[in-house]
Amino acid sequence: MKRRIFLKGSLAAGTLAVAAGAGLLTPTRVLASTWPKAAFESKTEADALNAFFGTSEVEQGDQVSIKAPLQAENGAVVPIKVMTSLEGVEAIAIITIKNPSPYTTSLQVAGAGGLYSTRIKMGQTSPVNCYVKAGGKLYLASQEIKVTVGGCGG
Amino acid sequence: MASTKMKIKKSKGGGYEVMVLAKHPMETGLRKDKKTGEKVPAHFIQTMEFALNGETVAQANLGAGVSKNPLIGISIPSAKSGDTVTVSWVDNKGESDSAEKAVK
Repeated sequence: MKRRIFLKGSLAAGTLAVAAGAGLLTPTRVLASTWPKAAFESKTEADALNAFFGTSEVEQGDQVSIKAPLQAENGAVVPIKVMTSLEGVEAIAIITIKNPSPYTTSLQVAGAGGLYSTRIKMGQTSPVNCYVKAGGKLYLASQEIKVTVGGCGG
Repeated sequence: MASTKMKIKKSKGGGYEVMVLAKHPMETGLRKDKKTGEKVPAHFIQTMEFALNGETVAQANLGAGVSKNPLIGISIPSAKSGDTVTVSWVDNKGESDSAEKAVK
């Protein structure tokens, strides 16, 4: 049941009524999940975390690691790799705090491992917060990345 | 359409890492066309589904904040030689593409 819930675009297991009302449990194939629109349109980190994970409460610890440059050569292409050895990984999300839309990208996991790598656009120097939800709890690793030439295409 | 390429690499601790390169402009909708002065409409991949032998193992959610020509990597610890990995993506205009590769 939990797998079905988080594969339908919401990781807030137990809030079916809220999710259904917010249109997050739209009927889709079980193994396809809708694009998390609310998270992508959030203007704050807290809103994005609540929209995607159903919580913004973070556990203490260093279970998540980030491989990313301290300084971005090109703000349009910043490589980020998020890794964790935690068991039961449900999802990974990358939040670029100073970007106009902080929720940048995420990975919903249903059999894959605790790794997600991608390249993001950064408008300016910003902390990049990488969240991992595993075993029902939320974990975080953060790194500030300096940007000299912003990459939002403006 | 060979606009999506996949590379599968054996991981140190077992399993495999899958890297996908999808050719896509990932337009934010904010950039102005230099010739016309008009804003280029938002056009970006939204979801990218990874499957192992036909079963979904992960879905990446992308937005316009992901770089042009997304390079996306995940790991599949349970993958083994002879398995098939498929990736398929859909963008905000409903365009899509996919790629398939055997695990060696």
